Amino acid sequence: MKPPANRYGALGPRDLIVWGIAAAAMLVAPWLFSSGLAVTMLSQMGITIVACLSFNMLLGQGGMLSFGHAVYSGLGSYVAIHALKAIGGGTLAIPVSLIPLVGGFAGLFFAVLFGFVTTKKAGTTFAMITLGISELVGAMVLMVPEFFGGEAGIAANRVVGKAVLGITFGPQIQVYYLLAVYTIVCTAGMYAFTRTPLGRMLNAVRDNPERVEFIGYSTQRVRYISFIIAGFFAGVAGGMYALNFEIATGEVVGAFRSGLYLFFTFLGGATFFFGPIIGAVLLVLSFVLLSEITKAWLLYLGLAFLLMVMFAPGGIASLIMMNWRIAKFGKLRGLLAGYALLALTGAVGFFGVAAMIEMIYHLQLNADLGPTLRFAGVELNVQTAASWLGAFAVALVGFGLFELARRRFALRWGEVQGQIEAAIRAREEPA
Amino acid sequence: MEFFTISMLNGLSYGLLLFMLSSGLTLIFSMMGVLNFAHASFYMVGAYVAYSIARVVGFWPGLFIAPFVVAVLGAAFERYCLRRVHKFGHVPELLITFGLSFVILELVQLIWGRIAVDFPPPEVLRGPAFTLVNSSVDGMHLLWGAAPAAMCSSADAAVRIVCSPFPATRGFMMFIALVMLVALWLMLTRTRIGLVIQSALTHPEMVEALGHNVPRVFMLVFGAGAGLAGLAGVIGGSTFVTEPSMAGAVGSVIFVVVVVGGMGSLAGAFVASLLIGVIQTFAVALDYSVVTALRSIGVTLGPAAADSSFLKLTIAQVAPILPYLFLVLILIFRPKGLMGTRED
Repeated sequence: MKPPANRYGALGPRDLIVWGIAAAAMLVAPWLFSSGLAVTMLSQMGITIVACLSFNMLLGQGGMLSFGHAVYSGLGSYVAIHALKAIGGGTLAIPVSLIPLVGGFAGLFFAVLFGFVTTKKAGTTFAMITLGISELVGAMVLMVPEFFGGEAGIAANRVVGKAVLGITFGPQIQVYYLLAVYTIVCTAGMYAFTRTPLGRMLNAVRDNPERVEFIGYSTQRVRYISFIIAGFFAGVAGGMYALNFEIATGEVVGAFRSGLYLFFTFLGGATFFFGPIIGAVLLVLSFVLLSEITKAWLLYLGLAFLLMVMFAPGGIASLIMMNWRIAKFGKLRGLLAGYALLALTGAVGFFGVAAMIEMIYHLQLNADLGPTLRFAGVELNVQTAASWLGAFAVALVGFGLFELARRRFALRWGEVQGQIEAAIRAREEPA
Repeated sequence: MEFFTISMLNGLSYGLLLFMLSSGLTLIFSMMGVLNFAHASFYMVGAYVAYSIARVVGFWPGLFIAPFVVAVLGAAFERYCLRRVHKFGHVPELLITFGLSFVILELVQLIWGRIAVDFPPPEVLRGPAFTLVNSSVDGMHLLWGAAPAAMCSSADAAVRIVCSPFPATRGFMMFIALVMLVALWLMLTRTRIGLVIQSALTHPEMVEALGHNVPRVFMLVFGAGAGLAGLAGVIGGSTFVTEPSMAGAVGSVIFVVVVVGGMGSLAGAFVASLLIGVIQTFAVALDYSVVTALRSIGVTLGPAAADSSFLKLTIAQVAPILPYLFLVLILIFRPKGLMGTRED
């Protein structure tokens, strides 16, 4: 939920607390999770947070569905990596800590260039043109090896130049803190954008472009300028990526990465400012952890996405905010039992389906390892009917019970919403 | 000359295949306003289903059963998923088809594996449909079927003979696409259901008021569009390669076709399909670059410039991106598309 826009766009005490907590969390996080893997993941989260937020400037705030956002972050990465090489070669005299900004200006430049064509249109055509541009740039990677380095990509070393205050950016933790600063600053910048007149106009262009034209604004120019700003932040994310990984390969501009931004921004929730942050954290978690647990993780992600679009198009953020509203009216306690029941039955059903999916994957990929696999502590044999029937039965029972629980929960949910409506009405009526 | 003829026919057959895909996409788009991102995935499913059927009962039953299976899948998707998100607006509709394309890709890899499967065309279609024999003495003539080896070589070294075969699968592809095109056109203009579809395009409320079940018409059109994509998949899969990346390879090209032709214009999609099919086919065969072009007009480049990979790019190498360049140019100079009427 956006805080009520006060007249001067100034930050209220509540905003300061939220931002303070966010900054403190980023500061403290590497102390709590101090392993190498954790710090790497935290750095990646910072990068994807900036990337997903910049993507949501288009999708959530402007209603522009882009299939090519990785073009701007990816080209930002490439230019940043070239800059880093130039610093190493002594031809460029800027501090390493400014590399993400170099990426940002690269993203801005390419957004000015490509955005001129893409933002001519809105809606479905916009989506198709971004897809075309993404394919175009993706194909360029192999055609212009001077700039893109072909299949191998371009690598550079970030430990170059003079150390400032003993900071060399050699250890990951130093890079993490630099990226954290960029993440906070960019997030604050993008939040500030939503409160500028331009940010508000962008929302208007999303909701009613015809009316915006009547008032005298050019919808195309509003889209174009916003697209450029989004391109800048995407480029910053790309520069952060270059600094963190010290390499840029064709994958960073590819359609798959663009798709991932879209996927996770939507999962997190495009209608709220903080939604993409949740999405970005999930992106890194699923990439690093989920892909370790199961080979079928892309399938699970795709199914989760489909269910999300169908049943909760506002993403996780909207689910949180709905429950937040209920909690504010003190009704959440009555729903907890229902939630527990839903979670339990859903988990049972999911367990059955997942067992079948894992067995099929096992047949497809590891058949030579023998017919048995362990799934969640259960020994499954892909050659016996018992395993298949058992998994199927578990899925059936789980989802059957889930449906029953869901019906009861839906009733209860409606009741609670009714009570809240009544409470609001009672509050608004003059006493 | 024979190079031109054969390349032209190859280009036209590829263009017609693209039209089998883009016609369904365009119909669905102009009816429901949904650009079906998973359309190329249905194409892929068609190929894989036909492959599985062909292994059991042969190619010909598969040619008819697979599109039907895909049509049922498409209709079910419309009925149970797409219709549910219709009330949320166009972006979620596009997103759900995007998610579907993702899931279909994973499922196909799960069921049929990650590498290409061997899906050959039937015995009848394996040879060439006809062969162009160009002899420097007798001139050019056409020969049905394969030309005997004796005809393609000459004992006399002064006589140059070139045989250019045209594959039967390509001919079959053109035949099916044309039959489908005529059938589609007749159905849309001459039958009752066609009239209902046409009127539901522009005045859905009115059609509903007259007692037609418009959501069901939507479902049927979506299913039929998916079925056409499936049919194209059977032919495309057996002519080219049946592999998990086949959807991605053709997917973005048909979006280009739909935008270039003008969103929602069936005639535009037809012209754009043929145009892109021909352009891409010719481009692949042309081995010229900026360097060779400059050299032919007598400009010699310095060693640095002659070594630049940008100038050395041949037309064949840039062939994959030509459709997208075409898209960008069209959008700059004619934003409606070739035959489009919508300006949004």
